[in-house]
Amino acid sequence: MIEVRDVTKSFGTQQVLRGVSLDIHRGEAVVIIGRSGGGKSILLKHLIGLLQPDSGTIRVDGEDITTMNERSLLRVRRKYGMLFQMAALFDSLTVEENVGFVLRRQGVESDAEIRRRVAEALEMVELPGIGHKMPSELSGGMRKRVGLARAIVYRPEIVLYDEPTTGLDPIAADNIDRLIRRVWETLHVTSIAVTHDMKSARTISNRILMLHEGRIYSEGPSAEILESTDPVIHRFVNGISTPRNLNE
Amino acid sequence: MPVLIIHQRFRAFTTQLGEIFQLLVESLRSLRQQRPSWKDFLHQLHFVGVKSQSVVITTGAATGMVLCAQTFLQFHKVKMDTATGAVVSIGMSSELGPVLAALMLTGRVGAAMTAELGTMKVTEQIDALRTLAAHPVDTLVVPRFLALLASAPLLTAESVVVGIISSWLVGVHLLGIDSAYYLVNMTRYTDPPDVLTGLIKSVVFGAIIAVVSCYKGLTCQGGAEGVGRATTEAVVAASISILITNFFLTLFLSRLFYS
Ligand SMILES: Nc1ncnc2c1ncn2[C@@H]1O[C@H](COP(=O)(O)OP(=O)(O)OP(=O)(O)O)[C@@H](O)[C@H]1O
Ligand SMILES: [Mg+2]
Repeated sequence: MIEVRDVTKSFGTQQVLRGVSLDIHRGEAVVIIGRSGGGKSILLKHLIGLLQPDSGTIRVDGEDITTMNERSLLRVRRKYGMLFQMAALFDSLTVEENVGFVLRRQGVESDAEIRRRVAEALEMVELPGIGHKMPSELSGGMRKRVGLARAIVYRPEIVLYDEPTTGLDPIAADNIDRLIRRVWETLHVTSIAVTHDMKSARTISNRILMLHEGRIYSEGPSAEILESTDPVIHRFVNGISTPRNLNE
Repeated sequence: MPVLIIHQRFRAFTTQLGEIFQLLVESLRSLRQQRPSWKDFLHQLHFVGVKSQSVVITTGAATGMVLCAQTFLQFHKVKMDTATGAVVSIGMSSELGPVLAALMLTGRVGAAMTAELGTMKVTEQIDALRTLAAHPVDTLVVPRFLALLASAPLLTAESVVVGIISSWLVGVHLLGIDSAYYLVNMTRYTDPPDVLTGLIKSVVFGAIIAVVSCYKGLTCQGGAEGVGRATTEAVVAASISILITNFFLTLFLSRLFYS
């Protein structure tokens, strides 16, 4: 479904992606792990065409999105929902208007239907009855959950989650993990998440990719990666800094 | 080395000019292809049109009064007191009215637009919009563009009318010009092309403000400081573009109307 080949991306002199290749199949649940600042958010933005690579190709259902203009990309993006790391809610709109944004723009449904679906989505992220609030009145974790509701309310085929559980308390995080899993299982979406939380990675993925030094360092079934004895993966998964880092 | 720097600056400048022009083309194309949202348009119209009135009226009144007083003081020496009204009305409707209203709009409306879009850019709201399959030009630029196009001529007309009325008040009641002669000379020498020139200019200025401010907002980078910088740049760029364009429009329109 998504096919990435040799994608490179630099910002100024800093090369963030140095030849990333990966495949994601329909109905998979993939988690991307890697060091902070390693380019995971950048990679996600490439998958949905928000950023264009310096070289390499990205195919979505066979269409190369790296050569498309913004208008053709809009059509491809209808397949996607995305949760941003900082939620990126529209701060001039209420929660209700944020979540219902796409439904309202598609303009096919009645107002009552939109309200019903928005309420349902807010219910799913455990924030019922906050539709009238403005994003600035919410806590960070609440914003994130509203962002999640906005990303899934219109039933996209592929959902990208950028750190869905960072900044949430353990119970809320667990609920979001279950929600992501439920969305994946019941709506048959393709789910691609970035996370630093290994417990969450275990719950929401059947395959893990590790991004390291601008490339996919390793990939495999979740259990296999989480139990891996490879030093780089092992240290990352278990949160062990290298001795050199300790001395610094 | 200085040559290289000048060359680079020039390159950057022409690139930006090209991109601003592209944004204009993209907005016009979007207008042709899809109906803009009424709600967004009305919202902008309220902000741009209704709420700018006090600023524009004050500017018009102040300009009309001072122009009247100054013209009278000079014309009085050569006993042409009653021509004051004509000078004020032509000056206001074809030059000062549109230019000053546009400069005030740049400060009040253009700056706000850049700051708003710039903040949306740096907080990833523009990216979020794009992931929700909405084109930033359709949803953000077009409503603002239309609102300015619609408001600028109306606000200019309002400013000019207020300016002329206040000049009449100053001329007749303060400086003692005969009211009848003031008005007769004013209407005799002010032709429809003068008024039309002002209105055409104001539409062009409105477009400049919208496109330049939206461009600066959408291309803004780097946090709160970046938003501040983009806003300053937008105000400076739009103001200068307005002044330069005004000169060429004066030449062009006078050829068009009086040849
Ligand atoms: N707009 C930009 N301009 C310049 N550099 C950027 C830009 N966006 C990201 N970077 C750089 O790219 C690198 C990767 O950033 P990215 O946000 O993808 O990291 P990440 O893996 O998501 O990290 P985290 O886990 O902390 O979110 C960082 O070193 C960052 O400095
Ligand atoms: Mg990130």
